Amino acid sequence: MQYILDNPGRVFELTIEHLQLVFSAILIAALIGIPLGILISRVKWLALPVLNISGVLYTVPSLAFFAILIPYTGIGKTTAITALAVYSLLAIVRNTAAGMNEVPASVVDAARGMGMGQFQRLRLVELPLAIPYIFAGIRLATVAGIGIGAIAAVIGGGGLGRLIFDGIRTIDSNRIVAGALMCIILALLAEYGFSKLALLLRPDMRVKAERG
Amino acid sequence: MFGSNDPLDFIDHIRENQDQFWELFSEHMSLVLYATLIGLVIAIPLAILTSRIKVLDKPMTLIANTGQAIPSLAVLALALPLFGIGFKPALFALSLLAILPIFLNTLVGINSVDAAVVDAARGMGTSDIQLLWQVQLPLAMPFLFAGVQTAVVLSIGGATLAAYIGAGGFGDWILQGLAVRNFPILLAGAVPVAVLAMIAEIVLGWVRRLVVPKGLTVS
Repeated sequence: MQYILDNPGRVFELTIEHLQLVFSAILIAALIGIPLGILISRVKWLALPVLNISGVLYTVPSLAFFAILIPYTGIGKTTAITALAVYSLLAIVRNTAAGMNEVPASVVDAARGMGMGQFQRLRLVELPLAIPYIFAGIRLATVAGIGIGAIAAVIGGGGLGRLIFDGIRTIDSNRIVAGALMCIILALLAEYGFSKLALLLRPDMRVKAERG
Repeated sequence: MFGSNDPLDFIDHIRENQDQFWELFSEHMSLVLYATLIGLVIAIPLAILTSRIKVLDKPMTLIANTGQAIPSLAVLALALPLFGIGFKPALFALSLLAILPIFLNTLVGINSVDAAVVDAARGMGTSDIQLLWQVQLPLAMPFLFAGVQTAVVLSIGGATLAAYIGAGGFGDWILQGLAVRNFPILLAGAVPVAVLAMIAEIVLGWVRRLVVPKGLTVS
């Protein structure tokens, strides 16, 4: 606590760095994950292998995953963002597919009856109805990403994890507590802030996210 | 910059340091097993209690959900200033993390037992304990199992981080490999952990399907 009060500038800087890391990863994951989720909701035989493989990949501990990536992407932000994006991908793909599958067949039928083509149906009917699920997936990925992002500090990813690991190295409880507290606050803000915001924008968006 | 260019050199490192490999393995697995056991012992009674006392349901679920959002690293890091360095502080942190998924899944499992089934059991004259042992817990088993699976996988990852607070395990080699910038050592720690987590997920999934009757499977 004391550290945060004494070094507000430094903590703020690391928080911004942390959020940049998480959000760049989420952006990449969303750009790949949403189309992939739509694809596996269309091409049924793809769904099981894609979900199973990503489910197993998701279990790989983040520190191990960072380490395995280093030979290919080196030390630094690239490795951190790559790993974070892969973890986020699972939550986004899974929830996008769930959202698409939840669209009632009768609604799709009605849209088809009105003469809408594949893409019109997707853009005007199915995606808007799946949005709450996609949003839930992004929230889940953000919460998990904030935690994994803290670990990225050991491979030069920067962010709030630096306070934690520097604190551990120098046995400085103040820094450890400051880093850990900030991570917890960010994660809880993402968990509750996101859903509050969503409910404000779309009161019908109350759905349960599918955890990885 | 990392000494060796062939990623597969880590196999040599493991082969040349077999004794240490098994030592790290047993440190890692003890953390995982004890944390999961402690998690089970605390989470199941807590879930049963919560399912019985309805006013507890909402606050306990909220606390557990909030807890799940908290990063593992933060919990482990906070254990250091509170309890110091070593196996015990790490085990304490990992146990806390293991409680949450087991508690939430068991609670959902018990609560999802059909009210008509509970009624029927009551009508047959079961006592509270009989209802719990013979009806609710068996029906909640698939959920409980899923919770244990999550807890084990989570602990394998958490135990990797535990090396930073001096608890040993495969994280030791990752830490060492990063510190001296040596690839083989780094991967000798990382690859076994990754394989361990994937095997745990797959094998526990099989066990769940074997143990749980077909009619009770949940996705």
